Amino acid sequence: MEKKWFTISVYSENNIGLLNRISGIFLKRHINIESLNVSKSEIENVSKFTIVVFAPEEWVRKIAGQIEKQIEVIKAFYHTDDETIFQESALFKIASDLLFDERQIQNIIKESNSQIVTVARDFFVLSKTGRRHEIDEMHDALEPYGIMQFVRSGRIAVTKATMPITNILEEFQNQ
Amino acid sequence: METLKAQKTAKKKETSIRISGAEAIIHCLLAEGVDLIYGYPGGAIMPVYDELYKFQDKLTHILTRHEQGATHAAQGYARVNGKVGVAMATSGPGATNLVTGLADAQIDSTPLVCITGQVPRHLLGSDAFQETDIVGISTPVTKWNYQITKASEIPEIMAKAFYIARSGRPGPVLVDITKNAQFDEFDFAYEKCTGVRSYKPVPKPDVNAIEAAAKLINNAKKPYIVFGQGVILGEAEEELKALVEKAGIPAAWTILGLSAMDTDHPLNVGMVGMHGNYGPNVLTNECDVLVAIGMRFDDRVTGSLDTYAKQAKVIHFEIDPAEINKNVKADVAVLGDSKQTLELLLPLIHKKEHKAWRAEFEEKYKIEYETVIKKDISPTKDGLTMGEVIEQINIASEHKAVMVTDVGQHQMIACRYAKFKQSKSNITSGGLGTMGFALPAAIGAKMGAMEREVVAIIGDGGYQMTIQELGVIFQHNVPVKIVVLNNEHLGMVRQWQELFFESRYASTVMTNPDFVKIAEGYHIKSRRVVERSELEDAVQEMIASKDPYFLEVRVEKEDNVFPMIPSGASVSDIRLK
Repeated sequence: MEKKWFTISVYSENNIGLLNRISGIFLKRHINIESLNVSKSEIENVSKFTIVVFAPEEWVRKIAGQIEKQIEVIKAFYHTDDETIFQESALFKIASDLLFDERQIQNIIKESNSQIVTVARDFFVLSKTGRRHEIDEMHDALEPYGIMQFVRSGRIAVTKATMPITNILEEFQNQ
Repeated sequence: METLKAQKTAKKKETSIRISGAEAIIHCLLAEGVDLIYGYPGGAIMPVYDELYKFQDKLTHILTRHEQGATHAAQGYARVNGKVGVAMATSGPGATNLVTGLADAQIDSTPLVCITGQVPRHLLGSDAFQETDIVGISTPVTKWNYQITKASEIPEIMAKAFYIARSGRPGPVLVDITKNAQFDEFDFAYEKCTGVRSYKPVPKPDVNAIEAAAKLINNAKKPYIVFGQGVILGEAEEELKALVEKAGIPAAWTILGLSAMDTDHPLNVGMVGMHGNYGPNVLTNECDVLVAIGMRFDDRVTGSLDTYAKQAKVIHFEIDPAEINKNVKADVAVLGDSKQTLELLLPLIHKKEHKAWRAEFEEKYKIEYETVIKKDISPTKDGLTMGEVIEQINIASEHKAVMVTDVGQHQMIACRYAKFKQSKSNITSGGLGTMGFALPAAIGAKMGAMEREVVAIIGDGGYQMTIQELGVIFQHNVPVKIVVLNNEHLGMVRQWQELFFESRYASTVMTNPDFVKIAEGYHIKSRRVVERSELEDAVQEMIASKDPYFLEVRVEKEDNVFPMIPSGASVSDIRLK
């Protein structure tokens, strides 16, 4: 079965333990979660999990069904990369003296469209938002000069098509 | 809990009373119609036990001899009468001992509410005495679980627990309650839960899907029904019978579907799966329309999926959307409660007989009868067979008993040969295959249906896993009938070793104690049968007994269960010997 990148979007109640319940479904099938982001959603009091996996579609479909079955999950969707607009964010902490000693660093900052978040005596912090490969490229470019700390966030994504989630909630309210 | 609001009814809360959390739990149980619970006390649940003492005229607590026994007893109770079974335990080891029962109830869709005590809130996460993260541990094996840390949460959570356990596809719910929440007082009022916004227990039937299903069934030349426990849980036994009779469709059952249809009904063709009947298995690959009702295409049913019913159009009647296309692709999926969907289907179905197709099942049955069944139930060799014991129980109980089985050879034989007239008569550990299930489950089944005869059929291996529950039978004089089919082996594993591991009997030979003396130690009437000549009389005596009764039957040590689909083989390649 051909593996592809999928973004699973889970709309749920905001309850303790639900993350454990959802991650357990991936664990059971021995599927690695490539990235995970939890935040509020467009609907009040509804949380959104954005989960990225590299797996066969057949498995992702079954997993989405098993996630949706959990009591506190309102709806689970899955999408291919083509169907979503998605980004990740990264922070790079770099020694300040490099800014002055290494010309190339300034070029990397300009070319990568990254922002300087803060500059201190000993270090400065760069922030970069974009596709994973863009962040990876920036990482590779900076690495030879020395990165003091690096962190990248999980993917966040919105879909090109509408998510029929509001209707589901409205249907409940009108019951 | 602010975001997870149970749907509020218009009704105003009744006037509240100021009571402790522990007392509130009792009131919640009573409000849910619970009059019997199984459990085991300990430090972190003592405030609730203190209230159980005060309320013992309204709520009976049965002290099992191990917490696992409490869950299986609650399962037996739930399976026999359709109510929610309740089990209670303390924190730490008490709670972890519930895990096997929870997993069993989860995979076999049994409604349970398990209540565990927990260390006080201020000690959570500190590795306190008997602290264990039971919510974390039980997450994969519960339909829902929750930790209560404030007394005021008790009514809403308990109401939700019962609602979730029993609604839709039923399952086990665990509620963990910290000790401070049991002691604290609050203003108690109870409202039953009628809905949870993120949870749709029963999908609405889709008329188009039902029409598509009817069309396939009406045009089929060789239609075939396989039904599972969904028929029993949905109480759709009459609708199933009406469909089978009107459409003239042969119907087979999964192990958990057994007893949903009279075993002597001419269209009931037997069991599917690894040790199921010959016709029902091989003809799965001959039918043109396969109608699956309330079953989930477990691997023990399908064998190799690559060769399972590939020629057939598959119609799947199912309450749980996650089961659709999970194992077998459905051409038509009919979501919903089985009773509701079958009711809608029935008027669209044409009257048919399918005589030639039915004759194929009869023909296959004759082959199986000659090669397997005859030798099992009327053997001519010296040693006693498990099959003839089941046959004697059928005769003595007039097909009216509830049969509770454990796991292994005796279970397969019992389910193959038991005769039932009434639904909810077969209680066994299907999906999880939990040895040790039967003895405590039989206690629960008897207490859940005191008017019925309950016979537990257990192997000598599984019996010793929960044998301590004889103490409950003795203490409360629970008149269950216990039959141990003793072959001095872990029979099913031994059979696999013989067939697939060149008879290397690694750890499957058992030197057993004197089971009759053990039963006598618990003052339970008991008898041992070694010779065929004693069997009929012993079984008659057992069934006639008004008291609990233990019967050990020494059976052939190295008999095998056939037919058999070797693991991973096709249903077409079922072996008769």
